[in-house]
Amino acid sequence: MDGLLRRLFALLVLRPVAMLMLGVTLRGRDNLPNQGPAIVVANHNSHLDTLVLLSLMPLRLIDKVRPVAAADYFLKNPLLAWFSLRILNILPLERGNAARGEDPLAESAAAIGRGEILIVFPEGSRGSAEVMGRFKGGVARLKERFPEVPVIPVFLQGAGKALPRGEIVLVPVAVDAVVGVPVAWNGNRAGFTAALEDAVRSLGAALPKVFDED
Amino acid sequence: MNYLDITPNVAIAVAAVIGLLAVATAIAWPQRKKKQELWLRTRTWWVIVLLIAASIALPSWVPVALFGLISFLAFKEFVTLIPTRRADHRVLFWAYFAIPIQYYWVSVGWYGVFIIFIPVYMFLALPLRMVIAGETQGFIKAAGTLHWGLMVTVFSLSHAAYLLALPHEVNPLAGGDGLLLYLLLLTEINDVGQYCSGKLLGRHKVVPKVSPNKTIEGLLGGVAITTLVAVLAAPYLTPLSWLQAATIGCVLALAGFAGDVTVSAVKRDLKLKDSGSLLPGHGGVLDRVDSLTFTAPLFFHMIYYLHY
Repeated sequence: MDGLLRRLFALLVLRPVAMLMLGVTLRGRDNLPNQGPAIVVANHNSHLDTLVLLSLMPLRLIDKVRPVAAADYFLKNPLLAWFSLRILNILPLERGNAARGEDPLAESAAAIGRGEILIVFPEGSRGSAEVMGRFKGGVARLKERFPEVPVIPVFLQGAGKALPRGEIVLVPVAVDAVVGVPVAWNGNRAGFTAALEDAVRSLGAALPKVFDED
Repeated sequence: MNYLDITPNVAIAVAAVIGLLAVATAIAWPQRKKKQELWLRTRTWWVIVLLIAASIALPSWVPVALFGLISFLAFKEFVTLIPTRRADHRVLFWAYFAIPIQYYWVSVGWYGVFIIFIPVYMFLALPLRMVIAGETQGFIKAAGTLHWGLMVTVFSLSHAAYLLALPHEVNPLAGGDGLLLYLLLLTEINDVGQYCSGKLLGRHKVVPKVSPNKTIEGLLGGVAITTLVAVLAAPYLTPLSWLQAATIGCVLALAGFAGDVTVSAVKRDLKLKDSGSLLPGHGGVLDRVDSLTFTAPLFFHMIYYLHY
């Protein structure tokens, strides 16, 4: 039942919105994971980011794709919680768990063990529209534990203008998504986090922007 | 039995355009590896031509809706590219509503409102909504760029669609479909004609700071080819006399050039090469319809003044 709802939502809402209202231009489609487990890492500007990434995933993988999202925000009321858990299939992350001595990544590690594809926004919040913040270290911890699981960087642009933080109406704006090649483990967590942040940032720099003088 | 909603002349004109495109494809095919851009561009032309041909064969609300979609995509590209203020989020949201409303006036043929809705009512309503939002920093620039975008991508382009709402009796041989086809044919022939004659003969730059590839020779070549095609096609698709057709062909060639370099100036201001990437080989929608944003209202008003 949830699987059917998820597919209907993808076909009737996600993809039409992504195609027409936003018109997502995808570069590097071949780099998207075609099986789990995998970790897809992107910069974060808008709630639309999750929807854009979900719309890009093949339908046959839809039950395996798990956006990692803050439990305190997405489970705060029953309706949003139902939608987040059943339709978006989020993996709730308890922020501030580590302070209580629990492992905040236990759920994520279990999901990887089940062969699922995590969507992670390591900035930890949407921040200011279209400004990329510093990455937190959770992905590096997961990569250290599961070095064979590919970590795929994605740069997203435009969604922060279409639906910025604090807004509820969507303005049609073209969105760019650039998918890069997996970032390899380089021996330590801080170094990996920095490399990942660099990878995402440089995908953004690769977007054709500057007028070439001819 | 009349299955399709077009006159024989329109059918012949569509067939001629498809024939021309087939010739272009035959030329581009052998060098598709070497000149990939040309090949992509030709392929995209097939999609555009077949979409328009199919839509004009259907009841007139279909091509009107298609132009509404083109306006939406062009306006979306514009909104994406221009710097906007965070405070104007809701203003942008309401600006989009001008598109279905404007094309509704087109579909019911209400000329009086069609011609003033965006230039007058949206012109007044958007700044009012911005005042309610309350941000004064950058107000003039934001109000100006947004309304300019609506004028270019929605108001101007909707004139092409309004040709379909003009009374059929005045142009019994081809109707509104014929006028629309005539406008599109001349605009695109001019684009291609200017490009080719510029490549072959181009020496003297016209507007080097805006568009370094545009030359006097290209411009004049476009004028010559477009005027010729305008005169040749007029008896089949329009009620125009040969002298009227020659004048319109010449004006449209100049207007097409003006539209092209105006969009180039906008892109240059924003430090962009293309307005988007929806149309492989062409760039964005705004890149393709740039000349049409100037030729559509001029053609409409000339033919409206002369015959309607």
